[in-house]
Formats: sequence, C-alpha cells, structure tokens
Amino acid sequence: MSIIIETKDLWFRYPGIDTWALKGINLTINTGELIAIIGQNGGGKSTLAKNLNGLLKPTKGVVLVEGLDTKTTPSHEIVKRVGYVFQNPSHQIFESNVFQEVAYGPRNLGLSEEEVKDRVRWALSLVGLEGYEDHNPYDLDYGKMKLLTVASVLSMKPKVLVLDEPTTGQDHAGRHLLASLVKKLNREGFTIAIITHDMRFVAEVAPRTVLIADGQKILDGPTREVLYTVDVLKKAAIKPPQIVQLSLALREHGFSFSSLTLQEMLDEMRKLIKNP
Amino acid sequence: MGQRGNEKVIIVENLTYAYPTSKDFVLKKVNFEVHRGEVLAILGPNGSGKSTLCKSLNGLVPHFYGGRYGGKVIIDGQEVLNTSVSQLATKVGLVFQDPEDQISGLALTVWEEVAFGLMMLGKPKEEIRQRVEEAIRYVGLEGLEKRSPFELSGGQMQRLAIATVLALRPDVIVMDEPTAQLDPIGKFEVLSVIEKLANEGSTIVIAEHEIEEVAYFADKALVLFNGEVIAYGPVREVLRKVDELKSIGIDPPSVTELAHAIKKELGLEAEYPITLEEAVKIYSELLGVS
Repeated sequence: MSIIIETKDLWFRYPGIDTWALKGINLTINTGELIAIIGQNGGGKSTLAKNLNGLLKPTKGVVLVEGLDTKTTPSHEIVKRVGYVFQNPSHQIFESNVFQEVAYGPRNLGLSEEEVKDRVRWALSLVGLEGYEDHNPYDLDYGKMKLLTVASVLSMKPKVLVLDEPTTGQDHAGRHLLASLVKKLNREGFTIAIITHDMRFVAEVAPRTVLIADGQKILDGPTREVLYTVDVLKKAAIKPPQIVQLSLALREHGFSFSSLTLQEMLDEMRKLIKNP
Repeated sequence: MGQRGNEKVIIVENLTYAYPTSKDFVLKKVNFEVHRGEVLAILGPNGSGKSTLCKSLNGLVPHFYGGRYGGKVIIDGQEVLNTSVSQLATKVGLVFQDPEDQISGLALTVWEEVAFGLMMLGKPKEEIRQRVEEAIRYVGLEGLEKRSPFELSGGQMQRLAIATVLALRPDVIVMDEPTAQLDPIGKFEVLSVIEKLANEGSTIVIAEHEIEEVAYFADKALVLFNGEVIAYGPVREVLRKVDELKSIGIDPPSVTELAHAIKKELGLEAEYPITLEEAVKIYSELLGVS
C-alpha cells in the first residue's frame, strides 16, 4: 500500500483567531482507501478536510500529497490531485448548463477541446448524468445537482476526492444514490475521504473511520470498531446508527451482535436462529 | 395549546394544485384531517409536494403563488381560499426548512425577532413582553435574548424560528423539514422542542426525513409521491408498509425494516417495532424463544 496523503503533526489556526482549530493531527491515507471523517461542527473536521487539498495550509506541521508539500507546491498541482466537493451544491455551480459546468475545470487546465469533451462525457457517465448535458443545473433536483458537483470535480481527474457532507439535505433516495456512487468511484480506483454527520451512511460505505473532536484525532480505525466505541462517541455527541444501538441493547440481553447494517444484522440473526 | 379531541382543526379535501409555471399538478386530490392535539407527519422524497402542501395550509398557496387550485383546505372552520394570509398567520404558523428564510433580518436581537410578529399585529407592550419571554423559554434560548440572530448556531437559529411562530400562539404549527439543514446537535435540539410541543398537545404538521425520530411523536403519517397520497393513517400502520415505502425511496426506521426482512427472509413472524425500545423488547423475545 502506498501513502497518498499524509499529515504530520498538523496544527492550524485561522488568521486573527487565537485558538487552534487543529492540534497536531497525524493522519495517513493510503491509495485506494475510502474513509469517513466524523465529528461535531466546530471540532475541526472541515478544517482538516480543507488542509488535505491545499485550500488551507498548515500553520505548523506538514501535509504531503503524493509526497508534495502543500505549503511549497503550487496550488494547482495539489488541486489536480485532490478534488473537493462542497456541501452546498449551489456554492459550487455557476455555469448555465451541465456540460459547461463539468467542462470548466478541464478547460482551466488548458486541455484541448477534444480532451475536454472526452472528460465531460467520462465524468457524466460515471455519476449517471449522461443525457443531461444541455440542462440548466438549477433545473436539476437536489440529488442530481449533487451528482453534477461530483462530476465537475471528477473531470479534473483527481486521484483523491474529498466530499464535504454529501448527504445533507438529501432525501433517502439521494442518500442511496450517493452511497452507490461513492462505492463505485472507490472501486474505480479513487481514494475517497467523506466528511459527514450521517452515521448510517458511514456504516454503509466506509471501511475506515476517523473521529475528530476538539482539534484532535480521537479515534482512527475500522468503522465497526469506531462506531462501537460508544462511550467515546457519546462524549463527542455522536449517536451511532439505529442498528448499532439495537445491537448494543441486545448485547445487554445476552446476544452477541456486532452489526453495522441491516443486512448484517439479518445475517447474524439467521445464524443465531439456526445455531442457538 | 388545547387537548387532543375530536375537533378537526385541519380538513383537506381533494386538494389539487399547480404553480403558474408548472406543467403538471404538484398536488393531486389530497385528502386528510388533523384533529386538535394531533401530530401529522408528511413523508415523501424531495419533489413529491411536501413543501407545497405545507404552504397550502397557511395560504401562501394559492394567495401568494397563484396557479391552478381545486378542492378545499379548511382551517378552524375557515376556508383558506376565502381567508387572507394575514388572517391565517395567527391560525397557522409555518416553520421553514432554512431558518435564515424565517429570520426577518430587521431585528437586531433574538428578543426583537420574537417580538417582531406581535408588534406587526399591534399587540400591547405588556402582552408582547410576556409572550416573547414565554416563547424564548419554551425553545430554551434564555440568556441569548440580546444576541444577534445571525450569531446563533443552526440549531439555535431554527429554535428561534420556532419561537417566533410560537409567540403568535397559532392553532396549528406547520414545519417543513425543520432539521434538514442542521448538524446532529442542532437536529437533536430542534427535535426535542418539537417532541415537547407534541407531548403538550400542540397540533402539528411536520414534513421530515428523520423518520426514526418522527416515529416517537407522530400520531399519523401521510405519504406523498408525485403529488399523490400513497398512504395515510396511524403512523404505525404507515411505517409497516415497508415495501411500498421503499419502492418510492423512503426508508422506514431500520428496526421496522428489520422486522419485515426477518419475516420475508427467515420466515419468522414478529411484531413491527417503530422505535428502538420496542425493537429491543420484540427482538430479544423473538431470539429468546427460537
């Protein structure tokens, strides 16, 4: 496994503010990983995410993207490698049709119009928006608008995608669509970091989870371990998904569940009923 | 805030509506009733007509938006079509999805923001003071009276929006996805206030995606899809229609869906829980005896 992003003793504070938003974070993300970064607002997880693609640069310590120091490397070299999808699609969309929106990034890279077209086609098909090229982005429903913002970042062909709160404001169908898209993109080889409050989403898509609170990395490990560390999560005011809460409550009744998802719990029940 | 009774506060009959710009009808022959003290949850994917239905209860539809309108909405015996939005304002309080849409932008402090609507109604000073204090206390914003509304967190701002509505003492509180834009702490704060209102007998209509939470306080549920009512009845009856809900993109609570899967895949009959506490009881018994 090769390291794609590494933060070494990363400290960050915003200009004019005395308190540290990040206090010595050491985080390693390997090529091909899919990780969730969780934690309350104000705890530092968005600040961390923005340090991963050079939107923010460390006050102290180092962030390396494919070995490049974000402080000394030109921004476009970092942005090319790490794409950032903002929480609110309307903060990101500014072109008048879907094609132009997705073409904007690659055009800025100075690619030929032929290559730009290829990339737009490729990105739109990855997110399932082929056929929408001529639509006005604001005529799309909220779920599709989100897919569009993902496509407009994909067209830059980054190796890493950072998704900030992808499921906020989405309905259940939108969540399922995003869950399958994230898994698909990861299978296609993208390294993905998801900043999220949505614990059910975390349980369903991310093999690894990092908890950030009070500017520090509190937990970092397999999602199952993290979501079952309830005492620590409780201190960070995070409620695990309902299936995890149910598993924990059933443990108190003498059953040994450790499910993350509904399907897992069903499978565990099946075994239990066959071999009580 | 009255007691639950037989009095029908809301009657919606064959409500059909299209915005001036929409090709198709966004509400199609919608029927339901809400009695005093009841909580009705409106469920449905984005774009199914939930917001439009909320706006039809306080008269924004059709008075503000115009469009094609059929059927009837009756609030406290008065037909919305024949009642002005300002008259309805004291009967129906609408809480928007994004609290920033609700905040007047004219008030410098939380206190003034809550007082704003009452001042517009020309209420006496002493009554305004009493109602503002009561509303602020109710949503737990005491101590923040002098803050600017825009310095509040998302959850605080949405609770302020609820306070501005409560201060008018409406007969019905309508909430359009009040937690959709909030972080988990904000969601928890706002849902706690809603649960308190529900338990204390307020009449509430709430569109909400957080079904696992809604299951704790809703009496009835109405499922909208493409403007049509797909299901309507006691919340427990609606949530157990797992296949129907999932086919239109709504996830029932995980614990409810699990009972359905156990029945379908393991052939075991279990009651369908809708809350975690019910689920623990049902599943521990089921596994204990099998």
